[in-house]
Amino acid sequence: MTDDLIARLSADLKPVRPTAMQRLLLAATVVSTIVAIAAMLMWLGMRPDMPDAVWTMSFWTKFGYTLIISALGGVATVILARPEGRTAWPWRAAVGLLAILLVVAVVQLARAEPDEMMPLVVGKTSLVCPWRIVVLGLPILLGTILALRRMAPSSPTLAGFAAGIMAGGAGAWVYSFACDENGMMFLALFYTFGIVMVGAIGAVLGRFLLRW
Amino acid sequence: MQTDTTELRLRGLMLASLDGDAAAYRTLLAELGRHLRPYFTRRLTPAFASHAEDLVQDTLLAIHTRRMTYDRARPFTAWLHAVAHHKFVDHVRRQSIRLTVPLEDDAPIFAPDDQADAIARRDLGVVLDTIPERTSDLIRRTRIDGASVAEAAAAHGMTETAAKVSIHRGLKALAARFAGGPK
Repeated sequence: MTDDLIARLSADLKPVRPTAMQRLLLAATVVSTIVAIAAMLMWLGMRPDMPDAVWTMSFWTKFGYTLIISALGGVATVILARPEGRTAWPWRAAVGLLAILLVVAVVQLARAEPDEMMPLVVGKTSLVCPWRIVVLGLPILLGTILALRRMAPSSPTLAGFAAGIMAGGAGAWVYSFACDENGMMFLALFYTFGIVMVGAIGAVLGRFLLRW
Repeated sequence: MQTDTTELRLRGLMLASLDGDAAAYRTLLAELGRHLRPYFTRRLTPAFASHAEDLVQDTLLAIHTRRMTYDRARPFTAWLHAVAHHKFVDHVRRQSIRLTVPLEDDAPIFAPDDQADAIARRDLGVVLDTIPERTSDLIRRTRIDGASVAEAAAAHGMTETAAKVSIHRGLKALAARFAGGPK
C-alpha cells in the first residue's frame, strides 16, 4: 500500500523552484490587486483632485502606511505558510507603525484650527470608508487564500489572518487613490479598522479553507 | 551524532528530489516511511495502532503536495517534523482519539529507527553470547531489561554481592574484547 503510494508519488515528481512558494503568493497578490484596481476604477473612480493630491503629504502617508502594512502582512504570510513557521515581528512592526501614525495624527490635529478638527478625524466618508476597503480587499484575500491552500500553515487561522492583513492593506492602498480625505487621524482610525476587518475575515476563512 | 548525519543525508535527498531526481525521491520517501511508522505508533494507544499506516501515507502525501513549503536553507528534519506533527494532531482531532503522549511532546522522529534498533539488538545478542551464560543473563536483566541487581541475583539464587561481581567481570571482559583493541 505505502509502497504503491511511494511509487506513484515518485512517478509524479516535478522539479520545484527554490522560490516557488513566494512566487505563487506574489503572483496571486498581484493578479488579485489588479482586479481590485479595476473594481475601484469602475465603482468609485480616481479621486477628482488627483493631480494636486500627489503633491500633498497626506496622499503619500496613506500610500505608504497601507503599502507597508500590506507588506508586513505579506511577510507574515510567507513565514506562516510553512509548517514550522512562527513569527511575531511583523505584528509588532505593524503596531509600531500605527503608533507612529497616531503621533503624526495628533500633531496634525494640534496644529489645525478648531473648526478643522472634526473633518480631519471623521471626514465626510468615515461611514463608508472601512466597508469600501473590505470590498476592495476581498478579491485580494480570496486570491491569496487560494494560493495558500497549496501550502502548509501549522495554524490555518493565523495564516488566514496574515493573508487578511496583507489583502486589507492592499485593498486600502487601492482605495487611497479614490479617497480624498486628508486627515491622518481618519487614516489611523478608519483605514486601520477596514484592514483589521479584512484580517478577521481572513482568519475565519483560513480556519475552514486552509486545513490540510 | 546520528541525527546530524541523518539530517545531512535526508536533506541531500530532499534537495535532489526538489530538482526532479525521482530515484532520490523514492529513496527519501521509503526511508521517511520507515521513520514515521514507529513515530506514529508510539503516539497512538494500542487500540489505534492500526491508524499509524494511514498517518504515514497522509504524511507522505502531504510531503509530496506541499514540498514547495520546504525552505532549502533550513533543516529538513525540522520541516518534516512539523508536517508529521500537524498530521498527527489533525488526525487525533478528527478521530477524537485519546493520546498516549501529550501533544507538546516534541520527541524527535529520528531517535528511534526500527531498523537500527533491530540491528543493535542482534549485535548485542551476539556479543553477550561470548561470555558465560549466567553472567550474560545477569547483564541482560540489569542493564537492558531494567531489573534491579537484587532481582537478578534472586533469579539465579545468588547473593547480591556475587551478582554485582559477576556483572562487573562480565562487562570488563566484554570491554576488553570489543572496545577497539585487537581480539
